[in-house]
Amino acid sequence: MSSRDDIFGNIRRSLGVKGTETIRRQMVEDRLERSPRGVIPKRGQVSGEERIALFKTMVETSLATVTEVASAAEVPQSIALFLRNHNLPATLRMGDDPRLKTMPWSDTTLDIAHGPSEGRDLSAVSHAFGGIAESGTLAMVSSADNPSTLNFLPDNHIVVVSAKDIASDYESVWNRVRFAYGKGSMPRTVNWITGPSRSGDIEQTLLLGAHGPRRLHVVVVRE
Amino acid sequence: MTVHSTSPQFKQNAARALNDDQLQKALGNVKQGFIDKRQMAADKLPEFEALRDSARDIKNHTLEHLDLYLEAYEEKVKASGGHVHFARDAAEARDIILSICRETGAKTVTKGKSMISEEIGINHHLEANGITPVETDLGEYIIQLRGELPSHIIAPAVHLNATQVEEDFRRVHTHLDAKRDLSEPVQLLTEARAVLRERFLAADVGITGANFLVAETGTSIIVTNEGNGDLTQILPKTHIVLASIEKLVPTLEDVSQLLRVLARSATGQELSVYTTFSTGPRRSTDADGPENYHVVILDNGRSSMLGTAFEEMLRCIRCGACMNHCPVYHAVGGHAYGWVYPGPMGAVLTPSLIGVDKAGHLPNASTFCGRCESVCPVRIPLPKLMRHWREREFERHLTPATVRSGLQLWGFFAKRPALYRFATRAAMGALALAGRQRGRFAWLPMAKGWTKYRDFPAPQGETFQQRWTRERKGARA
Repeated sequence: MSSRDDIFGNIRRSLGVKGTETIRRQMVEDRLERSPRGVIPKRGQVSGEERIALFKTMVETSLATVTEVASAAEVPQSIALFLRNHNLPATLRMGDDPRLKTMPWSDTTLDIAHGPSEGRDLSAVSHAFGGIAESGTLAMVSSADNPSTLNFLPDNHIVVVSAKDIASDYESVWNRVRFAYGKGSMPRTVNWITGPSRSGDIEQTLLLGAHGPRRLHVVVVRE
Repeated sequence: MTVHSTSPQFKQNAARALNDDQLQKALGNVKQGFIDKRQMAADKLPEFEALRDSARDIKNHTLEHLDLYLEAYEEKVKASGGHVHFARDAAEARDIILSICRETGAKTVTKGKSMISEEIGINHHLEANGITPVETDLGEYIIQLRGELPSHIIAPAVHLNATQVEEDFRRVHTHLDAKRDLSEPVQLLTEARAVLRERFLAADVGITGANFLVAETGTSIIVTNEGNGDLTQILPKTHIVLASIEKLVPTLEDVSQLLRVLARSATGQELSVYTTFSTGPRRSTDADGPENYHVVILDNGRSSMLGTAFEEMLRCIRCGACMNHCPVYHAVGGHAYGWVYPGPMGAVLTPSLIGVDKAGHLPNASTFCGRCESVCPVRIPLPKLMRHWREREFERHLTPATVRSGLQLWGFFAKRPALYRFATRAAMGALALAGRQRGRFAWLPMAKGWTKYRDFPAPQGETFQQRWTRERKGARA
């Protein structure tokens, strides 16, 4: 008997089931199909300005920084300012995201590199799939547009998020993922990011910049 | 089971731990840090208790239909281009992982933090076969350098102080300037970051655990604060996920419920910094990520826990809150428990996995104060389950002879209430009389285990039952 059969056999013996019960099968199929929501905290259930304000507060609670710009055209200047304020070199890596690519980078003196990171980049910018106001979390999906390595290898990670993509809760983001990728399908990697990398492993002292970015900076685009 | 267990020597382990000054100093950090942070996080979320109920119900539902959810999950992983392997026990899991590593011609393997990888002893097996495993979670890296097991399931090096870590780094990182300053924890972190960054970039295979597996999508999930689990899985050509059968949940909505209680219970964060959902290998539209994705599903005795009282233990999401709140863990630390899982969850799980004959001391090392159950995010009745183990131990005649005869003697009186009342009244009266002058005893026959370490307070002369009757009468009057 294969290990697989053995394990399934043992599970069914312990549970006292056969695995062919129509009622059980229906119940499981139904749950997978309907994916019912559970308890959703009230905190995030606000809209408009209130939701964006909550998102920004929660981002700061997670020890990231956040700024707001009126339109996509203002993003390059805002990022250039961030790098200058932290005495960082004017270099930036990004993927092929059309929303980022069409921004007026030539307004700045930033030296832009494209494609995934190989671990030698100081700063990178990604475009988020969405944000979650409840916890100040960024939802990133992998693709050539926004390579996952940019989320982890650079010392400074800058994330652009559209205000209209900031949702109240995780469940709303899953609905958008289903709409974009199809029910039951997922991109290779979805990263929820809540603050910069940290560790408490030495004497339970919180230190930022363990293996991932030491700084996380969020740019909310209003329009 | 290759990970050697010292659980049978719990008493000696505990005695050694109590006299270890370094350990006692480090354990102070557990009491201080975790408890207040969890409480603050819980207080900030009015729905926290309702979410705990929801988390418990989701896990119960999944366990009841585990066969069907596992089938659905397996199908989805395959559909996304991944491979699923089933391992009955530790040896089988080790062999599967080794053969995947060999297929890819791996020389070094990076590892995200995984308790199951400790359970199956994968590091030793890879090393014995010429492959170098590199732990990348800072705490795990430190204990790997020391050749130790983790002493806590989410803070593996909580038993150490910074000076000990400094000594280890100086001993191992010999390519660095011997005169460098490592007096601050942040300097230790920066050094580990630089050393491990090279390891991440050079690794051929990355092994992570899984906090959850999602049946709806065939997704594996890890949560970390460091980002090490992500660098472990997106940089090498092959990503191996090692997960046990009870990690399954039905849907993305369900896992979102569990994630809302996990970090709050563990570290008091709203959410861990990185929550990563991985589905299959990289797509044609991806610019990075692993080309191969394997999931090794481990049973190792868990399927036999289903349908028994210990099924409830399979709800555990490994947050560590039970040990963070445990007075016994605070006193002796994690290593005294002698195997992979310490604290109250370890005291229940370890006898299931390695046998109550070897781990019977663990469920006995509890005062049944109930704090573990009161903070468990999935409401596992840990004291009740420890009591179940004590009963089984007694039934199987594994309890020491002195304890057995003591219990038999007590049982004889307890079954004869009049005699019990008479005997206790006589004993309490006699002790009150004998201890009337000093109010305490420095020595008592048959109570050396107590009086060796502290005085025994002299009773006031009244038994509990007498007092109960008296106060009830007083209340009625």
